[in-house]
Amino acid sequence: MNKTLFDKIWDSHVVESIPNGPDVLYIDKHLIHEVTSPQAFNELKERKISVFRPEKIVATADHNTPTQDQHLPVKDLLSRKQLKELTQNCEENNITLYGLGHPYNGIVHVMAPELGITQPGMTIVCGDSHTSTHGAFGTIAFGIGTSQVAQVFASQCLLVEKPKKMRVNVNGQLKKGVLPKDVILYIISKLGTNSGTGHFCEYAGNVFEDMSMEGRMTVCNMSIEMGARGGLIAPDDITFDYVEGREFAPKGQKFEKQKAFWKTLKTDQDADFDKEFSLDAEDIEPMVTYGTNPGMGIKLTGTIPLNGGKSADKALEYMGFVPGESLLDKPVNWIFIGSCTNSRIEDFRVAAAYIKGKQKAGNVNALIVPGSRQVAEQIKAEGLQEIFEEAGFTLRQPGCSACLAMNDDKIPAGEYCVSTSNRNFEGRQGQGARTILASPLTAAATAIAGKLTDFSKNLN
Amino acid sequence: MEKFIKLTDTAIPLETENIDTDQIIPARFLKATDKAGFGENLFRDWRYTNEGKLNTEFSLNNPLFTGTILVAGDNFGCGSSREHAAWALKAYGFKAVVSSYFADIFKGNALNNSLLPVQVSPEFLQSLFKYIKADPLGQITIDLEKQQILILGTGESEKFEIDPYKKTCMLNGYDDIDFLLSRLDSIKKYEEKQLEL
Ligand code: SF4
Repeated sequence: MNKTLFDKIWDSHVVESIPNGPDVLYIDKHLIHEVTSPQAFNELKERKISVFRPEKIVATADHNTPTQDQHLPVKDLLSRKQLKELTQNCEENNITLYGLGHPYNGIVHVMAPELGITQPGMTIVCGDSHTSTHGAFGTIAFGIGTSQVAQVFASQCLLVEKPKKMRVNVNGQLKKGVLPKDVILYIISKLGTNSGTGHFCEYAGNVFEDMSMEGRMTVCNMSIEMGARGGLIAPDDITFDYVEGREFAPKGQKFEKQKAFWKTLKTDQDADFDKEFSLDAEDIEPMVTYGTNPGMGIKLTGTIPLNGGKSADKALEYMGFVPGESLLDKPVNWIFIGSCTNSRIEDFRVAAAYIKGKQKAGNVNALIVPGSRQVAEQIKAEGLQEIFEEAGFTLRQPGCSACLAMNDDKIPAGEYCVSTSNRNFEGRQGQGARTILASPLTAAATAIAGKLTDFSKNLN
Repeated sequence: MEKFIKLTDTAIPLETENIDTDQIIPARFLKATDKAGFGENLFRDWRYTNEGKLNTEFSLNNPLFTGTILVAGDNFGCGSSREHAAWALKAYGFKAVVSSYFADIFKGNALNNSLLPVQVSPEFLQSLFKYIKADPLGQITIDLEKQQILILGTGESEKFEIDPYKKTCMLNGYDDIDFLLSRLDSIKKYEEKQLEL
């Protein structure tokens, strides 16, 4: 039978299928962090069972961590307690932890790929919805709840129904200034935030084939924002070159053997999808969101749709916008370049290239938060740090930061933030904060202009 | 896990669509390391104004509406995977949530906490809102065995879907860990086979 990439990986990980019920799916890598793991460890303690396969788990501290003075004790008492519990739980259960200050520390979805922990063909889960990011390598990766974290602790398996399959094809030539973030914001704005519910989404077409791994991760990251359980892209030479030589990637002969297998991981011709969509690359322009869900996106140069309905009215009221309005020239006081969507080296290179030799506008607070310690080091090594600092941007230490504002990095109520993160929900970046999702290039250009601006004419 | 068999109660309407888990429980309350206490902060930023006053316009604060069933607008529970959202609803006292659409992860989390997600048609959802608003004391029955939701006052009813395995779990109070622990032998066999490849 002709199989999709998704089928091939899924089927090879089914330990058994329950008649009329879910599959017992084997999990190759389990990533954990401080926020969604403590109750799962408690569950195990209450049941007096131990972690079944601690060597398949990797932990990091990212959600709740400060982005300043990471060498000092964490000021917020509750955060400090949560981080301490993670450390204790990992020690007691022999789990590798890249905690605050460790050279490998970072946002879980940035740190695991860059260390070569993420490899094609794997099943990966984490108590975080943006686990879909790892699908960029041709893996089945998805977010789980804390009860499921406990299940994987107990058995290295999950009871899950096999999701349906969809495919989104984007072919053609992307315009100048259009980044992977614009591609995925465009897809979600076209298909809607429910289009993927119950599905795993494969991205296909030359646009994704031509993308770097960083770009593919940005795309797969936001699969969950169209409701999909996850997204994935068939691995190819770009993938293999990225993985090769990384800390935990297979080496030498082993790598070659794996690579031969990885090459078989692609959708067969004529394999069936439950849904399929095709979009043209030429139609995509730099995108911004104007509402309070990621599907409410328009071209940067477009206008807010009329007649959005009741929930759109509520969203526009929150955002302080009106139907029919253009967002160009809207003053913006905050920009945030960071989060597991756009905090990899490539994102900062793009931003720095635009910023170089310019100054941020006086009204703007520009926050740059690398996704990991390794990215932070790279920013320094490549001389990007000076570019940011000379332009008046603030460079912080790695973590989730203003993506979910669990730490001190919050946007004040009522103010606009052009953010490279993935969610523009009410209050996501701080109570009353107004988030406009965009690419790192759009964020950088906004910081320089002090307002949303059509930067295409400034690109060389 | 608590069993869920059949529930007859009044309901609280929350007509907002696309309610995401950041609204159900804002991230700043996720620093706790146990499951208790999330009920207090359920829908925190809707229940209270920025000044910390009770928002009397919000339906959970309306004394007319009471009950352990939450009837919510389309696409409930999208966004983050935080199970804290299900815990907060449970801790507040809800036993079932009715909507015309649930996000996948939320649905799974709810089922793992014996909070029944009942997916109905958009038309039936509208009938429910109409009914509750006209008669806040009107009762609704959710029968898991029959997979049926019934508006007692009008006699309107609808069937709902649930995964048969999950249904058995809810009816009997079993959970997935119990099941998986019973399969450790076949899991180990699977691992051995993988090593040979
Ligand atoms: S950066 Fe944001 S979306 Fe990504 S893992 Fe952290 S909180 Fe979640």
